Amino acid sequence: MLRLDGVRKTFNPGTANEVRALAGVDLELEAGSFTVVIGTNGSGKSTLQGAVSGAFELDAGRVLVDGTDISGWPEHRRAHLVGRVFQDPFAGTAPGLTVAENLALASKRGKWRTLAPLLRGAKRGEWRDLLAQIGLGLEHRLDDPIGLLSGGQRQSITLLMATLTNPRVLLLDEHTAALDPRSAELVIDLTVRLVARSSSTTLMVTHSMQQAATLGDRLIAMHRGRVYLDVRGAEKRRLGEADLLGLFTQMRRDDRFDAAACELVRGQYR
Amino acid sequence: MSLLVATLAIGLIFAVLAVGIFLSFRVYQIPDITADGSFPLGAAIAARCLKEGWDPASATAAGMAGGAIAGSITGLVHVRFKVNALLSGILMMTALYSVNLRVLGSSNLQIAGSTVFTPLDAFAQRAFGPSVRIAGYDVPSADLGTLLTCAIVAAAVGIALTLFLRTELGAAMRATGENARMLRALGTSTDRMTVLGLAMSNALVALSGALFAQMQAFADAQMGIGVIVLGLASVILGQTLVGPVRSIGLAVTGAIMGAVLFRLLVALAIRAGLDANDLKLVTAVVVLAAIVGPGWLAGLRARRGGGSRAPA
Repeated sequence: MLRLDGVRKTFNPGTANEVRALAGVDLELEAGSFTVVIGTNGSGKSTLQGAVSGAFELDAGRVLVDGTDISGWPEHRRAHLVGRVFQDPFAGTAPGLTVAENLALASKRGKWRTLAPLLRGAKRGEWRDLLAQIGLGLEHRLDDPIGLLSGGQRQSITLLMATLTNPRVLLLDEHTAALDPRSAELVIDLTVRLVARSSSTTLMVTHSMQQAATLGDRLIAMHRGRVYLDVRGAEKRRLGEADLLGLFTQMRRDDRFDAAACELVRGQYR
Repeated sequence: MSLLVATLAIGLIFAVLAVGIFLSFRVYQIPDITADGSFPLGAAIAARCLKEGWDPASATAAGMAGGAIAGSITGLVHVRFKVNALLSGILMMTALYSVNLRVLGSSNLQIAGSTVFTPLDAFAQRAFGPSVRIAGYDVPSADLGTLLTCAIVAAAVGIALTLFLRTELGAAMRATGENARMLRALGTSTDRMTVLGLAMSNALVALSGALFAQMQAFADAQMGIGVIVLGLASVILGQTLVGPVRSIGLAVTGAIMGAVLFRLLVALAIRAGLDANDLKLVTAVVVLAAIVGPGWLAGLRARRGGGSRAPA
């Protein structure tokens, strides 16, 4: 369904800030699957999402959705295929617009914005039901500017907005990392319910080993711009939080070895 | 009294300008200085078209179209070449100065014959005779006709923009100004929205210029100087008048009220002995005060304890 073919991306090439974010990633996600991505800082997990959403141009490789190569498409053109929730809980909604207006904009995802009144024929009843599911009383606040709501409330609504039209792909980029524990729990709970109900192929990046251990049907660990570990099914279910922490220790050890090896080689050439 | 009527009429013409600046400054958070060029552009095109024998409505529409083109070029320079919005505006404003001289054919152009104001001026004269007595003063009835035209145009512009900002397209434009990343993630090109928004903003500014020229019966290449600051003053004053509001309609109304009130204050200040040459200096100071003042006042109030408005 979602396929990445030899995807490479280096930021600021040729400068002191050069970052090899993706060093050849091949990945195929099945339709409707729920994949969790973990990795060390700078391992390329967020860049992986950017490659799918079109946040930048790839250096090499292709991204395909249902067999269509979308690598050359600008961000906004991919949006009808790709729903997104960002780490920043305020990034997914427009604060001065009301909850209803935000939802209405999301309900026309990827379509032309016409001169029809935004809220005419709005599915208020449907939205109220959706908002009621969050369990924060948001169903009574359809006409409040969304800027009045808390980060957790806004992130929950962003999640609804991302799944409203059932896009082919759903990208969640550490979408609970900036929330307090209670809100994070609430948003994760909503994520599980929405993902289970939707047919979207979901790719969720997380820092939380607990989320990585308990959620999804496939787990990918990224390290140095490559897929370091890829497990699914029974194997994925067997992995616990402790195993994942062990995995991180191992990845860091690899790092140390690489650094030591470099030092050794450098010594020989001096 | 006659002065009051004329002042109100000019205030309403500047209200159209204020609504245009509201769009760029409040909706997009871009203080678009293209206005200093598109205001005289609207005036110049209207004056030239009238001279060429166009009918006033078409001449005015042509002026608006010119403003729209100028605004979209500013927008394109900004989004395509990633030039800072302010700098794009400055470049466009400077370029327009030459364009305006070309359109005018000289540094200024008289407007003879009928204008958009003629029909209602004539109507008022037919209805009331040469002058009307209001509150003990004789007011030329043509001035009342002009005032009526200005009021109709300002109201139409205000209502149209309010309705527009509530459409899918208008809401997408508001979202572009507030959170461009979100709108891109929802599948709309924020580049297109920005170009469209600046085109609309400058079309309104040019409309204001075209009306102003027809009221004064001449267009001048210099008439745009300080227009952006005047517009900002009106928008900020209007915002102070209506307070922090959620309704777009009220915010637009605020810009209109701000423009009229500002014009009245200017007229009073000049009557009270302000040298007209100092006007732009005073306007700039007023804008600065209006931007910095509320925060300063709120701080003062907070220190005194209580009395401050709860955050909206």
